[in-house]
Amino acid sequence: MSLLEIRAAGIWCAAGDFYLDPWAPVDRAIITHAHSDRARPGSRAYLTVREGERLLRAQVGPDAAIQTVEYAEVLSLGAARVSLHPAGHLPGSAQVRIEHGGEVWVFSGDYQLAPDATCTPFEPVRCHTFVTEATFALPVFHWPEAAETIAAIEAWWRANQEAGRLSVLYAEAPGPAQRVLAALDRCIGPIGAHPGIEQFNRIYRGQGIELGRLADHPTLLIAPPGTARAANASTAMVSGWMRIRGTRRRRALDRGFVLSGHADWPALLRAIDETGAATVWATHRHGAALARWLEENGRRAAALETRFGEGEA
Amino acid sequence: MKLFADLYAALDETTRTNDKVAALERYFSAAPPEDAAWAVSFLIGRRPKRLLESRKLAEWAIEEAGVPDWLFGECFNAVGDFAETIALLLPPPQSSTRLPLHYWIEERLLPMRDAGDDTRHAWLLEAWRAMDERQRFAWNKLITGEFRVGVSQNLVVRALAAWAPSGHGVPAETIAHRLMGEWQPAAEFWEQLMAPEQKSAEISRPYPFFLAYPLEGEIEELGAIGEWQVEWKWDGIRAQLIRRGGRTFLWSRGEDLITDRFPELAALGAELPEGTAIDGEVLPWKDGAPLPFAQMQRRIGRKILGNRILAEVPVVLVGFDLLEAGGTDVRERPLEWRRAKLERIAPNPTLVLSPVVTAASWEELKQRQEESRARKVEGFMLKRRGSPYRVGRRRGDWWKWKIQPYSVDAVLIYAEPGHGRRASLFTDYTFGIWDNGALVPFAKAYSGLSDEEIREVDAFVRRNTIGKHGPVHAVKPELVFELAFEGIQRSSRHRSGIAVRFPRMARWRHDKRADEADSIETIRALL
Ligand SMILES: [Zn+2]
Repeated sequence: MSLLEIRAAGIWCAAGDFYLDPWAPVDRAIITHAHSDRARPGSRAYLTVREGERLLRAQVGPDAAIQTVEYAEVLSLGAARVSLHPAGHLPGSAQVRIEHGGEVWVFSGDYQLAPDATCTPFEPVRCHTFVTEATFALPVFHWPEAAETIAAIEAWWRANQEAGRLSVLYAEAPGPAQRVLAALDRCIGPIGAHPGIEQFNRIYRGQGIELGRLADHPTLLIAPPGTARAANASTAMVSGWMRIRGTRRRRALDRGFVLSGHADWPALLRAIDETGAATVWATHRHGAALARWLEENGRRAAALETRFGEGEA
Repeated sequence: MKLFADLYAALDETTRTNDKVAALERYFSAAPPEDAAWAVSFLIGRRPKRLLESRKLAEWAIEEAGVPDWLFGECFNAVGDFAETIALLLPPPQSSTRLPLHYWIEERLLPMRDAGDDTRHAWLLEAWRAMDERQRFAWNKLITGEFRVGVSQNLVVRALAAWAPSGHGVPAETIAHRLMGEWQPAAEFWEQLMAPEQKSAEISRPYPFFLAYPLEGEIEELGAIGEWQVEWKWDGIRAQLIRRGGRTFLWSRGEDLITDRFPELAALGAELPEGTAIDGEVLPWKDGAPLPFAQMQRRIGRKILGNRILAEVPVVLVGFDLLEAGGTDVRERPLEWRRAKLERIAPNPTLVLSPVVTAASWEELKQRQEESRARKVEGFMLKRRGSPYRVGRRRGDWWKWKIQPYSVDAVLIYAEPGHGRRASLFTDYTFGIWDNGALVPFAKAYSGLSDEEIREVDAFVRRNTIGKHGPVHAVKPELVFELAFEGIQRSSRHRSGIAVRFPRMARWRHDKRADEADSIETIRALL
């Protein structure tokens, strides 16, 4: 790597003297989005997109020094020109574009290409080198249309309701939980949210993102994965991992619904294509597989060992 | 095929019995009889044997999906199930098949056995291209001989009885009875299965076995000991010996006709009165006592039974119940009546009447249970006096009260990945015990840990591998587990000189260090 290099605290840009989603406290951190594997407390100064400021504050603490920018606004940091571009993963989630000495690098953060009413849609950014996530970088991971998944959730919920059963839907927050809340049809019945979800709902609502009504006596409860089960409830989970039967069965869930804030295999390949990048670095568990595939298909690529993806469902 | 794939998915998705029964009823209402017959046959576990080697299947799937071999391997590692990996990897279907299950089974799946590779390949592509993901998954499971579904036969029977076309209910017992024996999945069979009354029962057909649950709670909770008939619990092959129409049939509990395997019992059958069915246990037996079950395994393993093995390992039927007498089903008669009738059958050296154990109190019975190991039995069977012979596994009238298994503390020394959905985890373990300061392999065990514990052990193995032989990882000897097992004997084939039966992990001894595990001397003392 040249514009970026790996140091003990994370990925560092020498030209601009900043870190990208560092995993230890640093002087200046650019944060792609407010998930705990990306936004860790303790750094002296943070930079993020305005839309993501409140979510970031919930992660790194009320007193953290957070500077914000608009999408595509260009900053000069040291000798580097830096701008943030929509990644479609969370409100304020961004890809980081870094330009220096005629070279353009894009650091993707987590991203997702399909429509999501709760955040600004992904935009491809042309570059020479693309550092991409690879959470679901295997061809067995291809997602159904989100609308299809939402319809399946609604059918399951309706059937439970007819059987007099509570539906408990596990979803990560912030992100998938709010995406589902915003999409579900309130005509079917009352929906409730576990406090672990509601704490983020407040932030979403506070910045004008519509999530729909919530009720005190719901027939569908959205809850964080791992929260206790109620008796006589049907349990399900939304996640990309639900694509695999074994993960659903290991968690002893009744149903698994495939919906993810991450790009599936076809979307990853499309996104990489659209950057026009000659060189690709792939992070996460399946980074090596993605890199090998790209190499075999005429790109320079390598896997990059990071601490992203830790603790993900 | 779509209906069947949906049923398979619905049964997979719920653990609730009522939901499963409802899914089955929905299926039976919608499926044509030819399909329903096949579905029932698969659901009760009569799945076809593997029809195609996995290597071929993988090769063709890789070609159809247009991925390199290594990427297929990565996918399989992530998914952990072969049939599922292929179903997820294939490109979206080109059409959606409306062809029914029986077409796919009769015209494509079964003929594959005798077809050449080109035909098999063509048929496979035809199926994959016409099926959606769910259908492909069920289809791949059938082709690989791995089709399994989380329903018991009892549950299928219950759903069939509940669904039976209105106007003429068919009792669950009748359906269970009709499902036994040999039959061909076809529309005619389905009609017979659901018919209000059956005139010409196949003469070979056994009765469904009544199976006992393990005793729950304290023995005293069963009430007065006088209400119970106590027998030893024999450790052999549960079987039904039937004499009808001048012919003899010996059925195992797995519903295999095993008459040919036991000529002694075929001869016994010839001496039974016409219209007799005896329930009992086939045991290797000599000089009035059972031989170790391992002897029986020697015999079962052989294709041809020579005179020598027949002389070395003779078998008897230890009879304990009578289900049919004089051609009449007597299962509703009280236990004592059936027992008395069984006792009156002419004595024969190959028919041993399972003795009734007498004890004046539960306390005395507990004492007598200590004789179990010496008698080579597993403990007691408790049968309620006055009870009928029921169908399937039921609580209440029969209980098995087994002796506690043996147990030792052993150290995890090797681990290898499991199969199917456990393929991405290290789940198959070899345990060692101390012999002169070294750990010698003692037993392999796969079961007994929770998913949580399996993940922990898996993580341990990955961090502490000290050597590899193929898929087998040698690990740092640190983790201690209590192994439980049922039987123990000397063996020249095992490095420890000892072989145990049904070893399993009883618990993880977090409290013990490897050097505190048991030694070979402790274990020899159990012999
Ligand atoms: Zn994320």
